[in-house]
This record gives sequence, C-alpha cells and structure tokens, in this order.
Amino acid sequence: MPDPGLIMYEEEFKQIDAELHRLHQQANAKVAFLVDKNGQLIASVGETENLDTTSLASLTAGNIAATGGMAKLLGEKDFSVLFHEGERDNIHISLIGRVILVVIFDQRSSLGLVRLRVKKSAEMLAQILQRILQKVEQTKAPSGAGGPGKEQPKSPFAEITEDDIEKLFG
Amino acid sequence: MSFINYSAREINCKIVFYGPGLGGKTTNLQYIYKKTNPESKGKMISLATESERTLFFDFLPLALGTIKGFKVRFHLYTVPGQVFYDASRKLILKGVDGVVFVADSQAERLEANIESVENLRKNLQEQGYSLDGLPFVVQYNKRDLPSAVSVEELNQTLNPKGAPFFEAVAPQGRGVFETLKEIAKQVILQIKKGS
Repeated sequence: MPDPGLIMYEEEFKQIDAELHRLHQQANAKVAFLVDKNGQLIASVGETENLDTTSLASLTAGNIAATGGMAKLLGEKDFSVLFHEGERDNIHISLIGRVILVVIFDQRSSLGLVRLRVKKSAEMLAQILQRILQKVEQTKAPSGAGGPGKEQPKSPFAEITEDDIEKLFG
Repeated sequence: MSFINYSAREINCKIVFYGPGLGGKTTNLQYIYKKTNPESKGKMISLATESERTLFFDFLPLALGTIKGFKVRFHLYTVPGQVFYDASRKLILKGVDGVVFVADSQAERLEANIESVENLRKNLQEQGYSLDGLPFVVQYNKRDLPSAVSVEELNQTLNPKGAPFFEAVAPQGRGVFETLKEIAKQVILQIKKGS
C-alpha cells in the first residue's frame, strides 16, 4: 500500500518548529527545514525571506528520490546523508524515516558541527513524527472499525461541496 | 499523498502530468504558469536537457484559494516522457494524489500513447496504487494537427474505463485549465472521501 497522507497537528508542529530552531541555533546554520519525502515543505526556520523554500523542498525530495534510486541499484537501502558543497553555502540533507531534514550553512559553521547537531535533532524529530503517526492511526481507527467513534475530531473536509471547489477557480 | 497541515491550515496535493515524449506535458504547465496570477503561483522549475527535453521533472506550485478555511496548494509535476527515463518517472509518481495523462492525438503517436499508458499503470502498481482508484483525467492534446485521430478512437484505445477527458491545444491554452480544474476537483473530493 502507498504511504497514507501526512497530517500535521498544531501540537507536533510547535515541537518540530522548536527543534528546528534549536538546531538552527546550535549548528550556527543559515536555514533549517523539514520536507516530506514527496516534496511538501513541513516547516522552516532561519533566513528564509529571500529563499524559495517551496522549490527547494521539491528539489530536495527529487534529490533524495534520485539518490535512493541509485542506492537500490547498488543493493543499498538508502543513502541517508547527502552533502553539497558550494563556494559560499553548503547543504546538508539527511533522511529521517519519511521526512528529510535540510540544513543550509556557510563559513560561520562547519560540516562537523552540522553533522553532530543534525544527528541529535534527528532523534528528537523521529520521536515527534512517530507520535504524529500514532495520532493519525488513533484518529482513523474508530471509523475503520465501523463505529461512529465518539471522541473522533470531525474533519473539516467532510463537508466540502462542489461549490467550494468551483470557487477555487473563480 | 496529500499533506494536511492543521497548524498552517493548508492542504497540499501532488498532481502528476504523465504521457509520451513531446506530448505537451511541459507546455501544459507553462501555459498554466503564464496565465496564473503572480500571487497564486511559485516559481516554475524545469529540470531539462539543453535541447529543452524534460530530464527529471517540471514543478509548478499553485495556491488557488481556500476551502473550509484551509489554503489549498497544488504541486504540479511532469515526468520525462522519453522511454529510457523510466526510473525517474517512477520516482516522481511517489506520493501522487492525481494523474493527468497528456496524450498526443497524432496517428503516428498512437503506439507511443499506448506504451505510455501501460507504463503508467505498471509504475503505479509498483508503488501500490491502482490507476482505477486514483483521480485520473485524460487530455487529448494537439487537436489542431491534421493527423489527429478521432476522440472516439483515442477513448477506445487509451481510456476504456471512461475517465473524464478533454480535447486540447496546449500552446494556445485550449483545454488546459479545464483539465486542471477536473483533476483538482477529483483530488479534493478524494480528500473529502478519506476524511
């Protein structure tokens, strides 16, 4: 079965954001962001004003997908860390389960420091993501069992009408 | 698959334009890009060869508006149509929410269309998807060319299950937004169904 859609809740989003802030600060990075493997940006911190984070997210996912394809051809499961070195800026990309952590840094930091901090943050982020998955499972379970599920939060999308969709296209 | 962010109040969906090489997938995205308000679109990215053939993918993010207070974003991707880029096509289909098949209406491209639609089915199956269970729209492009095959014949060959289809001349924009609207509608209704 394909991956179920990713759902992000307020509480976990705050935790992810806090972890990214910590990483950004401790690694002395310019930018840190988290991307879904499918290329959707989850969260970003740092000097993002002049950065096209949407495009970066999509290209990062493409990059991870391409190297993942190469890994499989070599009989590897994945290449979990990628590093691109530029004249000014460098990009450190690491795979954490179904999400990708990206850190952009310049001469104010170093690859060693970034690697170290990324490793620590990766553990924290993996735990948060695990909690999200559990939450999604719990939310889905009651309806899957056929019962109405009294504590189940009502999805705002259950009542989408054709009219709502028409309005999107003005 | 779709990404619903309750914190940012956003829904993100991925739509892939599939089809044979030189069928007009990139042209569809270019037309959408050209005709969309600057505030509704991001940068269009094309990873192409020097001769402007798609090498990996084109990417166009669109934010069309809100539904139930949630900003709806569509990420449009194309795949490279040329046969030998199959490994890349598989990667781009990962996490797809809806597929547009851009067929080339010319008689001499019928074989290429058939091969591509079979390739789509196979690549989706490998990822655990079924084309029949996924939002799917067919676009018959290049309707203005003299050797264009009749829509009935194309439907029989490429669209036996009767998915919604549109005739198009992508460089002029004919059929482009109609196709986008239909796939967007199907994708949103799918989210509704899953909620």
